[in-house]
Amino acid sequence: MPETRDITLTVNGETVTATVPVRLNLVDFLRNSLGLTGSHVGCEHGVCGACTLDVDGATTRGCLMLAVQADGCTITTVEGLPAHGMAGALRAAFTERNALQCGFCTPGMLASALEYIGAGGAADRTAIREHLSGNYCRCTGYQSIVDAVCDVIEGRARA
Amino acid sequence: MKAADFAYRRPADLAGALAILSAEEGDIAPLAGGQSLMPMMNFRIAQPTMLLDLADVAELRGVTAGPDGLRIGAMTRYVQLAADPLVTQGAPLIGLALPHIAHAAIRNRGTIGGSVALADPAAEMPALLLAMAARIELVSLSGRRVVAADDFFLGLYETARAPDELVAAIHIPADASRRRVGFYELARRHGDYAMAGVALTAGGATGQPLASPRIAFFGLSDRAVRATGAEAALKDAQPAGDTLGAAVDSLSALPINGDLHAPPDVKLKLAGVVLRRALAGM
Repeated sequence: MPETRDITLTVNGETVTATVPVRLNLVDFLRNSLGLTGSHVGCEHGVCGACTLDVDGATTRGCLMLAVQADGCTITTVEGLPAHGMAGALRAAFTERNALQCGFCTPGMLASALEYIGAGGAADRTAIREHLSGNYCRCTGYQSIVDAVCDVIEGRARA
Repeated sequence: MKAADFAYRRPADLAGALAILSAEEGDIAPLAGGQSLMPMMNFRIAQPTMLLDLADVAELRGVTAGPDGLRIGAMTRYVQLAADPLVTQGAPLIGLALPHIAHAAIRNRGTIGGSVALADPAAEMPALLLAMAARIELVSLSGRRVVAADDFFLGLYETARAPDELVAAIHIPADASRRRVGFYELARRHGDYAMAGVALTAGGATGQPLASPRIAFFGLSDRAVRATGAEAALKDAQPAGDTLGAAVDSLSALPINGDLHAPPDVKLKLAGVVLRRALAGM
């Protein structure tokens, strides 16, 4: 029998208690146990960035963290992003700029971009690209994603 | 893929962690940030029988500065290194290299001790420690010992750490704050593992000859390697002209392995490129 542990964590503002196999990745727990399928599973080794989410205020690869390690943590996935404020503005800017086509990378891209904007990042295209370098997008060529981030930083986007 | 099954322990303190390491049978993998170990487990390159999660071991965290230099706790995360003036001033080479170490989300969890203990041949941190003449503090139930970086990295994912030991801290010598530093790496995408990279330190003022240079490459061999030939060629010299040419030529003596990105002859060429570029910034 696989070893299990009881964990309690906060996901998108709600307290969650669950019994999880210790080998279960955080992103698989969120998707398969909680039904929060916004965080995507791509490469499962930390390269593609599709599973990037917020753990205790810092972006984290959901495939490189075990659910059992998240015991006591506060997690925000794309489903938990508020419709207002910076997150709302960023989503509006992504729509306005066509910063997604298939959308597979978008939840991770939003998490990484929000961390950059929230830390006071400048509307510097090179710096934005460096910060988003851990998130693959195979549709847009990144240009429109950087446009959207700049729109939020420079106050052109509204929720 | 997903990791193979394992047992999981999360001790509350260092004594508890060392007791488990000492008493339990099997292949126990200490879990620090997990940003290199977890991919290896997901690929099943690593299949430890037990993960020893060090998240609650407070004794492994924190940075202190003393007359002998810095002591950086093994569980200090990259993001904390970047934000700590003790580190960026006491070990400017680390500050210079940090933006190139993986991506932001990885730096949020990856730790200095984890990188050192895993000894990935393409990781930056082992080369940084070699270039700074850093030392690695190991702890077990039998006590503590300190190993020079030169004697610590033994081969592919192989170090001087015994199975019952943990990497407790990294010691950076006091002169690391005063030495000139250089760093350069070539990667296909910013933040990815480098195809070739170099870290170096040297005494003397900017523009003056390089006093006692220490040069370490990563991404070339089965481990981070000192380039002693290049160090000899550049010692007390200006890194230019024939001297620089001789230093680059000496790199052919390094043990270079090809990988998915480049065969050995390309890696040798890139090693010369990164050395020239790193020196140009000093």
